Amino acid sequence: MKARTFLLEIVMIAVAVAFLFPVYALVTLSLKSPDQIAESPLAVPSSPTLDNFASAWSSAALGPSLINSTVITVVSLVALIALGSFAAYFLARVRSRLGYGLYILFLLGIVLPFQLGMIPLYRLITDLGLIGTHLGMIVFYTGVQLPFTVFLYTGFIRALPREYASAAQIDGASHLTAFTKVVFPLLRPITGTVLILNAVFIWNDFFTPLLYLGGSGFETVPVSIFSFVGQYVSDYGLVFAGLVLAALPIVVVFLLLQRYVIKGFSSGLKG
Amino acid sequence: MSVITKQAGTSAAPAAKPGRRRFGAMTPPWLFAAPALLVYAVVVLYPSIAGVVYAFTDWSGIGGDMSFVGLSNFSAILHDDQALGSLGNTLLLTVAVVVVQNVVGLLLALGVNTKIKSRALLRVVFFSPVVVSPVMVAFLWKYIYNPDPSAGLNGLFGLHVDWLGDPSVALWSIAGMVVWQYAGYSMVIFLAGLEGVPRELHEAAMIDGAGTLQRFRYVTWPLLAPAVTINLMLSTIGGLKLFDQVFAATNGGPGYATETLSTVLYKQAFVYGKFGYSTAIALVLALFVAAVSFVQIYYLRSREVSQ
Repeated sequence: MKARTFLLEIVMIAVAVAFLFPVYALVTLSLKSPDQIAESPLAVPSSPTLDNFASAWSSAALGPSLINSTVITVVSLVALIALGSFAAYFLARVRSRLGYGLYILFLLGIVLPFQLGMIPLYRLITDLGLIGTHLGMIVFYTGVQLPFTVFLYTGFIRALPREYASAAQIDGASHLTAFTKVVFPLLRPITGTVLILNAVFIWNDFFTPLLYLGGSGFETVPVSIFSFVGQYVSDYGLVFAGLVLAALPIVVVFLLLQRYVIKGFSSGLKG
Repeated sequence: MSVITKQAGTSAAPAAKPGRRRFGAMTPPWLFAAPALLVYAVVVLYPSIAGVVYAFTDWSGIGGDMSFVGLSNFSAILHDDQALGSLGNTLLLTVAVVVVQNVVGLLLALGVNTKIKSRALLRVVFFSPVVVSPVMVAFLWKYIYNPDPSAGLNGLFGLHVDWLGDPSVALWSIAGMVVWQYAGYSMVIFLAGLEGVPRELHEAAMIDGAGTLQRFRYVTWPLLAPAVTINLMLSTIGGLKLFDQVFAATNGGPGYATETLSTVLYKQAFVYGKFGYSTAIALVLALFVAAVSFVQIYYLRSREVSQ
């Protein structure tokens, strides 16, 4: 048994090393000058340089796009948690047919691919003057991710005994106070899952910010990286330094919170 | 559909009943749901319904005239090599990704769900690409798939393959990068399923003389059904909607070799200005996604072990 476990350990580590080859190439090339890359691209860098990182930071406009991504992600998350948890509290507790129909209507949004409404929504956002603005993206993410958020919250709230809120209400609390002071704090585990899954989706989303923000000066990180790579496509050292810098924030956050992130992903359903 | 709904379903019923009688009047007001419903209606419901309508028009751009053209957008799809090819590519890509990603994910999960010392670290390593933007992963893999014999995979293995430039290889290369990024996602869902398999069942089967393979087939596999359902749904829907990786790595080329429904409907709208035709393709995509979701929910649930 011991020998078998040891053998499995060796095999799994070998698989992990092979799996990490692209990451090795990414880091190695980002530390090399174009000459060094032309000479031996995959060798361990003999005299690593950080020049690529300095020029990638400014030519990919990573500073401003990190701010744009952060603003859009954080405000969308706050809106999703506020709107989603309130709606789910109603949907989980209501007992009319209409209320159940409303819940099904929300679930429909998990199945509908956003491409179906892409063009009418593009027209609407343009008519409202929200193209090229943070607000346009925030409204988009809040709407698109609400079905999934409502689904997660509703399932969780249904499993909570009604008595918590009822007790508060008998003591004179309003529905609003009972929810915000008593029920919402009990939702912490599912709020964590909602936060993690939506944050990763919004931070990395590409298609819609490309449409809405391309050329506006308010690009998010994936859109900036896309135009940066288009511009310097043959200079792999520079491109890869840009990719390393752009991926670093979310990778660091992931490594710090890895237990919660993995738990969130393995328990939720992503449409 | 998910682990969460199931827990909710089992424990909610007994908790809700006494409340129903004593505190029946205490349902929260519908105003709680109003703001969410408003945003959802504006961003998802209205545009999706409008999309279905546009699919039957010849609308050609913002502010342009539009008239109803019946089913002609759909018959046009049947005569459009690019659109038909993209449908075929999307289905091939989806099947390849679903099969390989889930087999790899399951093997990784089985390997990590053992007594090896590196299991916590390996779990993090295999999962880490999931949190990175697919566009960035595609740019990284564009180098890994470099046709230059000294670079990337060719350099590593001494090959001369034009991974993304050869029309007969390119689609499978795209599938490869998608599997690399998301196998860890399948793995963690399988791991959550494996943790739910009671140790006693394995011990009992061992006492009865079952070997490793038999125990997997008769103990682990049936109890893994919910995880299989979730994984198949996630990877199928993800495969059908695939856009970012293709757009960044090949933009549908060489020729139409890697064009997917999502890249074609994007080009029809924002390159050629055929908005009506583009939404018709989007409607086809939506029908596939909806069909798959319903078939998987109903068919796969029937083989889950009842709890």
